[in-house]
Amino acid sequence: MDQFALLIAATLASGTPLAIAGLGLLINEKAGVLNLGAEGIMLVAAIAGFAAAFNSGSDTLAFIAGAAAGATLAAAFGVLVIWLNTNQYATGLAVSLFGYGFSAFVGLGYVGKKLSERTPFEVPGLSQIPFFGPALFKQHPMVYIAIGLIAAAMWFLYKSRSGLVLRAVGESPESAHALGYKVRWIRLVAVMAGGALCGVAGAFLSVVYAPLWVEGLVAGRGWIALALTTFATWRPVRVLLGAYLFGGVTMAQFALQGAGVDISSQLLAMLPYLATIIVLAIISRNPTWIRINMPASLGKPFHPGA
Amino acid sequence: MLRLEPRPQPSKLMSLLSPVLALVLTALLAGILFAALGKDPVRGLSMYFVEPFSNLRQISELMLKATPLITIALGLAVCYRSNVWNIGAEGQFLLGILAGGGVALWLTTQGIVLPKFVAVPLVLIGGVLGGMLWAGLTALLRDKFNASEILVSLMLVYVAQQLVNYLVFGPWKDPAGFNFPQTKSFDASTWLPALMTGTRLHIGILIALLLAGCAWVFMFRLFRGYQLQVGGLAPAAARYAGFSASSSLWTALLISGGFAGLAGGMEAIGTFRQITPHVSTGLGFTAIIVCFVGRLHPVGIVFAGVLLSTMIIGGELGQSRLGLPNALTGVFQGLLLVLLLACDTLIHYRIRLRPAIAHAH
Repeated sequence: MDQFALLIAATLASGTPLAIAGLGLLINEKAGVLNLGAEGIMLVAAIAGFAAAFNSGSDTLAFIAGAAAGATLAAAFGVLVIWLNTNQYATGLAVSLFGYGFSAFVGLGYVGKKLSERTPFEVPGLSQIPFFGPALFKQHPMVYIAIGLIAAAMWFLYKSRSGLVLRAVGESPESAHALGYKVRWIRLVAVMAGGALCGVAGAFLSVVYAPLWVEGLVAGRGWIALALTTFATWRPVRVLLGAYLFGGVTMAQFALQGAGVDISSQLLAMLPYLATIIVLAIISRNPTWIRINMPASLGKPFHPGA
Repeated sequence: MLRLEPRPQPSKLMSLLSPVLALVLTALLAGILFAALGKDPVRGLSMYFVEPFSNLRQISELMLKATPLITIALGLAVCYRSNVWNIGAEGQFLLGILAGGGVALWLTTQGIVLPKFVAVPLVLIGGVLGGMLWAGLTALLRDKFNASEILVSLMLVYVAQQLVNYLVFGPWKDPAGFNFPQTKSFDASTWLPALMTGTRLHIGILIALLLAGCAWVFMFRLFRGYQLQVGGLAPAAARYAGFSASSSLWTALLISGGFAGLAGGMEAIGTFRQITPHVSTGLGFTAIIVCFVGRLHPVGIVFAGVLLSTMIIGGELGQSRLGLPNALTGVFQGLLLVLLLACDTLIHYRIRLRPAIAHAH
């Protein structure tokens, strides 16, 4: 039973960076921009956060550094695709490749360095409940903040005026432009906000989850987060559930190994990626369902009429 | 003030100049970075771009690296021209190594010594089929389940890497290899014939050049290639013309998977001659850059393949001779692609200094 509680706790921790990054990408996509640079942005933010935590000892600074690094790289991506109208797929891919190389280069001095295990935040009272305490209420604060962020995003997107404008820009940039909204600037802000959230997720991986730095630390989570937005049919709460599902699959490999199941660790390590493919196929198999839910201008450049 | 003004026609000249401009800008930033690292920028740059051509041995290594880059990028060009976004060439390349290398390993462990002209094609066909299988999975999921080929092909890279690890740590491990995660060395009868004695260069580079010719014929002289490109540029027009989108998707993915798999097969029996966990060095991703820098054109890809290979060899030289971190190569590769895409803006727009005079139309 205790084992199971720890498995749930690990699932939440493992799903948290996916939820935060997935939420960031969802905000991007709601504004009509598809950012395939997520993996690279998370990597650069991961090393920025790790360096900040390593040198300052402060987690808060680490998350700020990660968010700033993510937002900066995302801004570069945004300027390219929004103003120079470069192909969003190719540009995102370029950012991912650049981020991989750049983080490896910047991180050279930090390879093999370790941070101390973060002490979990014990929710007063609740953490003492048998089973539920260790399973749910002894986590890094970011695990709870992620849930708060999802709730905030739901309010923002569906209840606030700014959220409505953001969605309008993603659904019909021409109409939003005709109403006088600055489509390009709104998209840039959305891209930077998405980058900042990817950055927080990257910093969480290197500072809290690992907590160490190795080249390619993010290991495809940026791409899984991209798949999450489709999986969630662009709804924030489903991003959270999907993230926990993938977190659970990641943890299942360790649980299976721990239980002495005789499957090689390399085959088990395929699980999260195979799960992503399978889930993506199941969700996408109805094209109409995707078309109804997908922001209509996703991936398409917008030229304000001259 | 600077402003972008759309050109009436895309500029052919800028399309060719843009990679050159991007390369110059990359070199400029590289020079600044070298200076910031306390190295002489001129020496650093010459290490990256000139030194790899300094003697026959370096040139042969350069061509050796260019071989898989060119081969993979040619297949990707067919794919991207069809607007099919296969970004998982690395995975297809690894499957080529596994399938081709698997054939060579099987021949070796069974003690079967075939004449080279039988063994080598067998291995290469194995590689092609391995790459096609992996790309075919992506095609299947895109075609039947509407799943994004971008995400599926990329996820399959991670699966392929784990498959390599599984095989070399498990069933394919050399029993006499002191428990190192590597297969037996392949029998010499399966090796790709050498091109120059005293170097590692093999006939793979000739195969890559031959394939560039084939890709050119396919793209610009065959109706099937034309169909694919119409589907890429104007899906609606292709539909009205009765070209099947699903058959284009399969063709594009199987061609690029086959090319990447062939590159893997050639690497397996030309360069590595055994399989280790280190066969994956990201060449499948570098090939994407080669493809774009080469303007999705076979001739351009040959030049771009040599360029990116120069940067890889230059990075190794910079590390051994100047103590520059090898990780810089990845930075420059990424930078080159980012800058290229930015420079490509000049194909469709020109920069004007002042607001254009309003025309009375």
